[in-house]
Amino acid sequence: MSLTRQDVEKIAHLARLSITESEMPVYVTSLSSIVNFVTELSVVETGAILPMAHPLDGQHQRLRRDAVSESDHREKYQLNAPSVQAGLYVVPRVIE
Amino acid sequence: MLHNLTLGELADRLADGRISSVELTRHFLARIERLNPALNALITLTAETALQSAAAADLRLAAGERAPLLGIPLIHKDIFCTDGIRTSCGSRMLDNFIAPYDATVVARLKSAGAVMLGKANMDEFAMGSSNETSYYGPVKNPWDLKKVPGGSSGGSAAAMAARLAAYTTGTDTGGSIRQPAALTGVTGLKPTYGRVSRYGMIAYASSLDQAGVFARSAADAARVLKVIAGFDPLDSTSVDEPVPDYPALLEGPLTGLRIGILREFFDGLDARNASLIHEALKVYGSLGATTVEVSLPHLPLSVPAYYVVAPAEASSNLSRFDGVRFGYRCADPRDLSDLYERSRGEGFGIEVKRRIMTGTYVLSTGYFDAYYLKAQRVRRLITDDFRAAFEKVDLLIGPTTPTPAFDIGANIEDPVTMYLNDIYTVSANLAGLPGMSLPCGFIEGLPMGLQLLGPHFSEGQLLRAAHQFQTATDWHTHAPRGYE
Repeated sequence: MSLTRQDVEKIAHLARLSITESEMPVYVTSLSSIVNFVTELSVVETGAILPMAHPLDGQHQRLRRDAVSESDHREKYQLNAPSVQAGLYVVPRVIE
Repeated sequence: MLHNLTLGELADRLADGRISSVELTRHFLARIERLNPALNALITLTAETALQSAAAADLRLAAGERAPLLGIPLIHKDIFCTDGIRTSCGSRMLDNFIAPYDATVVARLKSAGAVMLGKANMDEFAMGSSNETSYYGPVKNPWDLKKVPGGSSGGSAAAMAARLAAYTTGTDTGGSIRQPAALTGVTGLKPTYGRVSRYGMIAYASSLDQAGVFARSAADAARVLKVIAGFDPLDSTSVDEPVPDYPALLEGPLTGLRIGILREFFDGLDARNASLIHEALKVYGSLGATTVEVSLPHLPLSVPAYYVVAPAEASSNLSRFDGVRFGYRCADPRDLSDLYERSRGEGFGIEVKRRIMTGTYVLSTGYFDAYYLKAQRVRRLITDDFRAAFEKVDLLIGPTTPTPAFDIGANIEDPVTMYLNDIYTVSANLAGLPGMSLPCGFIEGLPMGLQLLGPHFSEGQLLRAAHQFQTATDWHTHAPRGYE
């Protein structure tokens, strides 16, 4: 199975990734070969086998007391932000 | 020389005052200054904070405190968040990211008095088997500077092999500790999934990621594991199992230990590689272990299963990098979509984008059942194969890698060939098993690794088997020329 340029453009859009013109042929070829490679999985019959999402099967999500455990680190965290104003993250205008 | 002493010997010398932590730290810093420019094993050097931590450790030592890692220098893989210090994950995306907190691994070692010298180079977001995908350039293998050190923890492995620190940390999602340990001739330990906290370890594939250690011997790795292992309420998949006193479990005969030889690992294996493994099995025979051949019929599917599961989880984990709250932001975004797409397109390197797109594809409508659920079903078959094998044997043995270190540039254009380097390592991650790689000989002057795999939470037994091998052999003491 071979992916087309349109397939890769669609995947890139779903993943919110801009792909340059020079990268595009690399991805069309390499993603096709990866998809072909993982298609090998179809050689084994897995009808009744349950999907395994986690290596320690049977482990349950722990609960904790519904109590405040974190203090306010906003200023420290926002030091890493590309653009902040009055404690808010700044992005391009969304609503005209 | 100080850099060839074991962690036990270093702790003794620090305890009786023959050396100070500051002297030891200066010794390693001088080695880094002299040897690292050719290796590129470090992304960030933290000499100043290292000397401050060393001085603090010396005060604790002078006050009579004794602890196994107190005052001993290490290097962390740059995937672990370090409060106030750049944590890049080998990516342009996080080139400017100053972590606002410590990973649990970092915090535990810090409170044990460990001295961090710096942050090790790595494949970008831990995606790679050669350390060539780092934004900061490839790491060179100290055994031959034209060769890769393996990946993704290539900087940690190269730094260990070059004796730039007493030990280094790493992470292993599909072999990223064991494979570079093998290719650089050091001891690598990947614990059971859930044994060491993932908190503050930048996520690649959350159901596979596990933190571990590079050391010059299994005995040293045991000392480090004892400190970093254990339950952490901050990691929802951390397991609440008691932490054994690993160093106390190293001694003892291997009489009656049942070792399984994985038949599938020897299919098509290079004859020189196979003969090193058979030599190692003879050593185990002489130590009283028995060997039996076992088959894991679904093992050949572990690489395709891994390269569906891991990219799927990565595509979800890496959606957090959006150019808004932290990390790289593109210049002059037209609108919010452009901000997301170009920040991610420019901030991530080629392999990271490839895996995000692979993951997006296998999770997308129409392909989810055929790829993602299928891979998860195969994952269960592989795990069941291991479970059945461990009813008959105590541990499994095979090679860590198909070949010794390859040339820089040899496989980077061909992702599937690169992925097949992980053929012997990914199955342990799919099943969540602990594993080790031990130096076991050389092919054409390059080190090779012997891989040991055990059932969940069998680190004590693995470390004992590894330590006994290293008591009977001296492969782990070889140093690359120029780094002795």
